[in-house]
Amino acid sequence: MKGLDTTRVLTVMRKELLDYRRTRAIVVTMMIFPFFFLVEPIISIFIAAPSGSSASLVKFVTFPLLYLLLIPTVMPSTLAAYSVVGEKEQGTLEPLLTTPLRTNELILGKAAAVMAPTLVLSYVLYGLFLLAVQLFAHPALASAVFHDGPVLLALFLFAPLVAGWAIVVGLAVSVRANEVRVAQQLGALASFPIIAVVLLMAVGVITPTFEVALVFAVGILVIDVRALRIVSRMFDRERLVTGTKATRARARRVSP
Amino acid sequence: MTAVTSLGPAAKSALVVNKLTKRFGDRTAFSEISFEVGYGEVFGFLGPNGAGKTTTVRTLGTLIAPTSGSATVAGIPLIPDNGVEIRQHIAIMPESPGLYLRLTVTENLEFFAGLYGLHQPATRIKDALESVNLSDRASDLCGGLSKGLRQRVGLARTLLSDPAIMFLDEPTSGLDPVASLEVHNLIIGLRQKGVTIFLTTHRLDEAEKLCDRVAIMNQSLRTVGSPDELRERLFNKALVVRTLAPLNDPEKVFAHLSAVESWRSDEPGSYVLSITDPKIAAPEVARSLVGAGADVLSIGEAQHSLEDVYLELINDDVEVRKS
Repeated sequence: MKGLDTTRVLTVMRKELLDYRRTRAIVVTMMIFPFFFLVEPIISIFIAAPSGSSASLVKFVTFPLLYLLLIPTVMPSTLAAYSVVGEKEQGTLEPLLTTPLRTNELILGKAAAVMAPTLVLSYVLYGLFLLAVQLFAHPALASAVFHDGPVLLALFLFAPLVAGWAIVVGLAVSVRANEVRVAQQLGALASFPIIAVVLLMAVGVITPTFEVALVFAVGILVIDVRALRIVSRMFDRERLVTGTKATRARARRVSP
Repeated sequence: MTAVTSLGPAAKSALVVNKLTKRFGDRTAFSEISFEVGYGEVFGFLGPNGAGKTTTVRTLGTLIAPTSGSATVAGIPLIPDNGVEIRQHIAIMPESPGLYLRLTVTENLEFFAGLYGLHQPATRIKDALESVNLSDRASDLCGGLSKGLRQRVGLARTLLSDPAIMFLDEPTSGLDPVASLEVHNLIIGLRQKGVTIFLTTHRLDEAEKLCDRVAIMNQSLRTVGSPDELRERLFNKALVVRTLAPLNDPEKVFAHLSAVESWRSDEPGSYVLSITDPKIAAPEVARSLVGAGADVLSIGEAQHSLEDVYLELINDDVEVRKS
C-alpha cells in the first residue's frame, strides 16, 4: 500500500486494543459469543454414539470441525463494524483525521486490532476443544478427529482468512454507516457466505478436499486483500466529517 | 512526498487563501474567500453560526476538499497528495475535543504523539501538560474529567507536535473565567514563540484581546484587518458630548465648527458629533459650548468595540437578505 508507515499502523492497533480492554462489554461479548458455536461440535462429538467404519467416522466429524470456522467469522464482525462509525459517534474521528495518519494506515491498524484478539481466542478455543476431545470423547471419535488432518489444518489456516473477510466487510459497512447499530447489524451479514459454504459441505454439495481447500484459501486471500483496498477507497473523509457526500470535490480530494 | 513543491514553513506567509470556495451540492458553505496570515500572527475568524468558519478550517486542514480556488498552508499548496505533508505542520482543535474517554490523559496524548511520529514523546507530553496546567491529572481517565479539563487536554494535544499553524475552534468554549484566562495566556505565549494561530471564536472580547487581525465572515469574507483598522473603516470618528441640561439651539453651537461634519442627539443633553480629527474638534467644541453658556459634563471620543464592528457588518447582511 502507498506510503504505509508501520509505526502509525501499530499505534492505531495499540490504542484500539487498549480501548477494548477498558470496555468490559466488548471483552465479555468476545469471550461468550464463540461458545455458542461450540454447542454443535460438542453435541456431535461428545454425545453422539460412534458407529460405522473409521472412514465414515472421519466423514462424520468433518462437519462439526468445519463448524468451528464460524467462530473467527462471527466474532470480529461486531467490532469491525463499530470501528469507524463508533469513532464518528464518539466525536474522536475528526481529531484523528487531522493528524498525518493516512487512510490505509487507519484501516490496516483497525483491521489488525480486530484480527489479533479474534485469532487468539479462536486458536485458544480450538485448542481447548481438541484437548477435550482427546481427554473425554469416545476413543473412536477422538481418533477420527485427529485422523482428519486436512480439516484440522484447514481449520487453523482458514481462521485468519475468514476473519479477514468478516473484518473487511465490517469495515466497509462502518465507513459508510451513519449509526453504530445499523453498522453492527449489517456487519453480521459478513458471516453468511462462510456459513453457506460450511452448510454446502455438510450436505455434500462441496466435498472438502485438499484441492478445494487450496482454491478457497487463495480465493479468500485475494478477496480479502482487494476488499481492504476497496475499503480504503470507500473511506471518504468529507462524508465522514460533514455527513455530506463529496461530489464535485471527489477528484480533488486532498487526503490520501 | 513528490507533490510538495513549495518552500514549506520557510515561506513568507503561513496561510495564503485565494478565492477559495466550498459548496455542498446547491448549498454554499463559503464563497471566494481570500486572505493571508503571517507567521506568528494570531488571526481571528469571526462570523455567525453557519457562516462557514468551521468548513473553512476543515478545508484548510485537508479534511474536506475545496470546490474551487487555491490555498497554501504552512507554505504547502493545498492540492491532492499534499494532505499528509500539510497535516504534519498543523494542528487542529475542533470545538469538541474528541478524546478517548476510556483512556487516560497520558494515553490519549501518547496515541497522538505516535501518529505524529514524535521523538521523545514522554518529554513532549510532559511539556504539553505543564503548558495547560494538567500535570496532576495525567493519569486520570478522560471520561472522568469536566468539560473544561477535556478542553485543556484537547489543547495539550494540539501542542504536542510543535505545529507551525494551530487552528483553534472555540478554544474557551465551556471554560470558566480562570481557565479561559489560562488559555488566553497560553495563546499569547505561543504567539511569542512564533506559532501562527487561526482562532475561530464567538467571543468578540476574546478576539479583540488576542488577535492581531480578524476576518469577519458570513459565507463570503466581509472584512479583514486589525480591530483598530476595522473600527476606522466602518465608523466615522465621533465625539460624545454630555451637558447638564439640553442645549437651547444645538445647531447654532455645533454647525459652524470646521472640524464637525454633522451632529445628532441620542437623548436630551447627549450629542454625538461626527468629526474629522478629535485633536482639532475637541477644543473647538469645548470653546463653543462654553461660549453658549452650557454646563459641560463630558467631552470624549466615541469608542467602538469589535462587537460594534461585527454587528454593523452582520446586520447589513441581514438587512440585505430581508430586502
